[in-house]
Amino acid sequence: MNFETVVGLEVHVELKTESKIMSPAHAHFGAEPNMNIHVIDLAYPGVLPVMNELAVDFGMKAAMALNCEIAPITNFDRKHYFYPDNPKAYQISQDDRPIGANGWVEIEVDGKKKKIRIERVHLEEDAGKLTHSDEGHSLVDLNRQGVPLIEIVTEADVRSPEEAYAFLEKLKAIIQYTGVSDVRMEEGSLRCDANISIRPFGQEEFGTKTELKNLNSFNFVRRGIAYEVDRQVDVLLSGGKIEQQTRRYDEATGKTLLMRVKGPANDYRFIPEPDLTDIHIDEEWIARVRAEIPELPDARKERYINDLDLPAYDAMVLTLTKDMSDFFEATVTAGADAKLASNWLMGEVSAYLNAESKELDATALTPEGLASMIKLITDGTISSKIAKKVFKELIDNGGDAADIVKEKGLVQISDEGTLRTIVTEILDANEQSIEDYKNGKERAVGFLVGQIMKATKGQANPPLVNKILLEEIGKR
Amino acid sequence: MTLFKKTATELQSLLHNREVSVKELTAESLNRIAQMDGQVQAFLSTNEDQALAKAEELDKLPMDGRGSLFGLPIGLKDNIVTKGIVTTAASKMLEEFVPVYDATVVDKINEAGMVTIGKLNMDEFAMGSTTERSAFKTTHNPWNLDYVPGGSSGGSAAAVAAGEVPFALGSDTGGSVRQPAAFCGVVGMKPTYGRVSRSGLVAFASSLDQIGPITRNVEDNALLLSAIAGLDPKDSSTSPQAVPDFRAALTGDIKGLKIGVPAEYLGEGVSAEAKNAVMEALKVLESLGAEWEEVSLPHSKYASPVYYVISSSEASSNLARFDGIRYGYRAEGVQNLEELYARSRSEAFGDEVKKRILFGMYSLGAAHHEDLYVKSQKVRTLIAQDFANLFEKYDVIIGPSSATTAYKIGEKLEDPLTLYANDILTVPINLAGVPAISVPCGFSNGLPLGLQIIGKHYDEATLYKVAHAYEQATDFHTQTPVIWEGK
Repeated sequence: MNFETVVGLEVHVELKTESKIMSPAHAHFGAEPNMNIHVIDLAYPGVLPVMNELAVDFGMKAAMALNCEIAPITNFDRKHYFYPDNPKAYQISQDDRPIGANGWVEIEVDGKKKKIRIERVHLEEDAGKLTHSDEGHSLVDLNRQGVPLIEIVTEADVRSPEEAYAFLEKLKAIIQYTGVSDVRMEEGSLRCDANISIRPFGQEEFGTKTELKNLNSFNFVRRGIAYEVDRQVDVLLSGGKIEQQTRRYDEATGKTLLMRVKGPANDYRFIPEPDLTDIHIDEEWIARVRAEIPELPDARKERYINDLDLPAYDAMVLTLTKDMSDFFEATVTAGADAKLASNWLMGEVSAYLNAESKELDATALTPEGLASMIKLITDGTISSKIAKKVFKELIDNGGDAADIVKEKGLVQISDEGTLRTIVTEILDANEQSIEDYKNGKERAVGFLVGQIMKATKGQANPPLVNKILLEEIGKR
Repeated sequence: MTLFKKTATELQSLLHNREVSVKELTAESLNRIAQMDGQVQAFLSTNEDQALAKAEELDKLPMDGRGSLFGLPIGLKDNIVTKGIVTTAASKMLEEFVPVYDATVVDKINEAGMVTIGKLNMDEFAMGSTTERSAFKTTHNPWNLDYVPGGSSGGSAAAVAAGEVPFALGSDTGGSVRQPAAFCGVVGMKPTYGRVSRSGLVAFASSLDQIGPITRNVEDNALLLSAIAGLDPKDSSTSPQAVPDFRAALTGDIKGLKIGVPAEYLGEGVSAEAKNAVMEALKVLESLGAEWEEVSLPHSKYASPVYYVISSSEASSNLARFDGIRYGYRAEGVQNLEELYARSRSEAFGDEVKKRILFGMYSLGAAHHEDLYVKSQKVRTLIAQDFANLFEKYDVIIGPSSATTAYKIGEKLEDPLTLYANDILTVPINLAGVPAISVPCGFSNGLPLGLQIIGKHYDEATLYKVAHAYEQATDFHTQTPVIWEGK
């Protein structure tokens, strides 16, 4: 029997506000344990939450970028559970009136476009972090307690691990473009759980789902779903039943492991948060936030294809991250040829970033620097080969390509007279090669070109060298 | 001594004429507490040294620019957090809890130059109406020490009635300022929900809680509310409405005032003496030019159950934070997290608190969420609408503050249902969020009775005007319990 994969994703994104969603404590990542805390985060007796309006703006912005409808009236609710990472014993979240609902994200897998529907986007506070020691005690760090989050819940529209991967990449790009989050999985500012089930093709009814946690990279999401689907198929084909479970992905083995069997749904005893008032969102507010949303990846991609004549593949890769896309645009604005700029960013620049494990903004390269180099290539001042030397200098130490070329004497030799003199000298010294060539050994030309390049430290204009060399050989 | 029979205004003029110093006023309060509190048991703690030191500092300040409450002693219900001063909410859970910040009302009384004398007894976490539910002591009614002072702000009302302090703050979630004020023969105001910041009030039921002043007379009460009220960025539920100088409302002129008297507030369960006292009070008000007629608040009969569902639901949520992890009581020798939670909470919460937490959890649980919590919220809207309807036609609504005079200590401990039923006169006011004041309106068998005057949202000024006119036309507020003279 053939089964269809059915996946819904729940993505948590931390919002990049200065202070927490309900307290004036700092919200940034990486502080010493329990340094970013306030009495509100500690849930001291008598404290009251104070809404950070920027977090509402950010949540609204993300929801709009995901094509959601914005609720005209929204409010916060208390979601109750006891755990030391949750000092109030309730999380301030949104229950039946989320800030955004009914959105979608378009993905493309194997050339096919598809919309993944977003059921809801809601605001909530993050919980603290527990570290369990071997000696039988646990340490509580409340720095993360109260950091603003949005939870993005998709409909069960995802039909393959690849679609999940594409969705997450697209979601990450969109959120990153809006500027409301760093969306760094390694820092926990983007986290994903997957609800996975299978059903025979053609069946409408959903199968029993399992919830998969501990998915710490998009690749793990892809692999985890693939493994889990295979596992469920095996269970069903061997006559078993799928149990409603929470499972975790094990990075070492690539398998999913049982965490707990789910009983009846958790009873969170939701109540509207009486310490906060309803939030009324009018058209003016919506318009203000909408105006702050920059051009999103899909729109940029289309523009690169239509206005800059970039191949679709280039446009897709360049727009995956806002950093890269912004860099590309600035390079073109600084006068570089768009396709050359794209080639360099997707080629040498990306290779460098991968090799060095660096972000673009951590290098010395500037769009102006890259553009200055590309212009020298376009006007023939330097060869592509020389450009690689210049590029190394630009990305390590920065600066302007023309200055580097001048300083290091890297200007391409395109003067025919000068080149002819050098060619003549080389030919004089390598009569055997001329003989070989005339006897049909084409390779001999390559050797001679190499000798010329060596003599000119690689600065000779390659097409010109070829032309003069053949002329001179012909004369002999 | 008769110092605390004087009004704040009179004390201010004594201070101004240097006939008395802030230090002497502070010492007077501390002395009276030393003399009487062994019997009354109103205070859980006093901060003598700090109070005297502050009084000395205040005495050094120039006469100019002193406000109307400058240098006057005040006691605080022990659910109002005070930086560096133990705040227990009368619970073993917080027996040694020292707050690291001041409640907004504490900031405000400090700005007004008042001197905090100590922290006052209450029912644990404000759950109760006799102050017998304190984990630490039972407060006695100054008018008859065999009787309760009411509650939950029983310590606050008793301390003012005994002349230990001229001012106190209480909190009122379902009558906890007005009922003890009535039982102790003093003036207690439950302001409009949103009038006074709840920041630093140990939460019982967040949508109902409101801090209110307890004083010996209406003018003092108006002064104290003016000082503590107002928008607070730390409390989103506070209103940006301007805070008037409530004393300006005390004109004595209530001619043409329209009073509604709900039949439900004079019906079954309300004692004859309470009814009589209200009828007598209405005559006084009539003689001052007011008109009254009987009206109806048809949803009153649902107020008590609705109140217990909502207040207990919110309490179960608010008290969940007391888990033994970050502060407060922690059980010894626990083996795991579950046991830490269970034993810390079992050992440190009193029975009444546990009962309400359980009832609240039950009301919020999936099985009964709709028929208890959600339905109660709907009925709450109807109750609020009852008041809104009447206030289209009437300026104030009047009834008794409590169905009877104070109970004998121990009498109602095994009779919670009667206590809950008696809340029908006070809880609808909290459910509707409107303000109400209790003023002394008579005695029965030597125990005081209170008149409750209920007003429109943010119209405390009218309540003070009516209460003041009534007070000035009667002499109940001038009487003091026997214990006042130190006997």
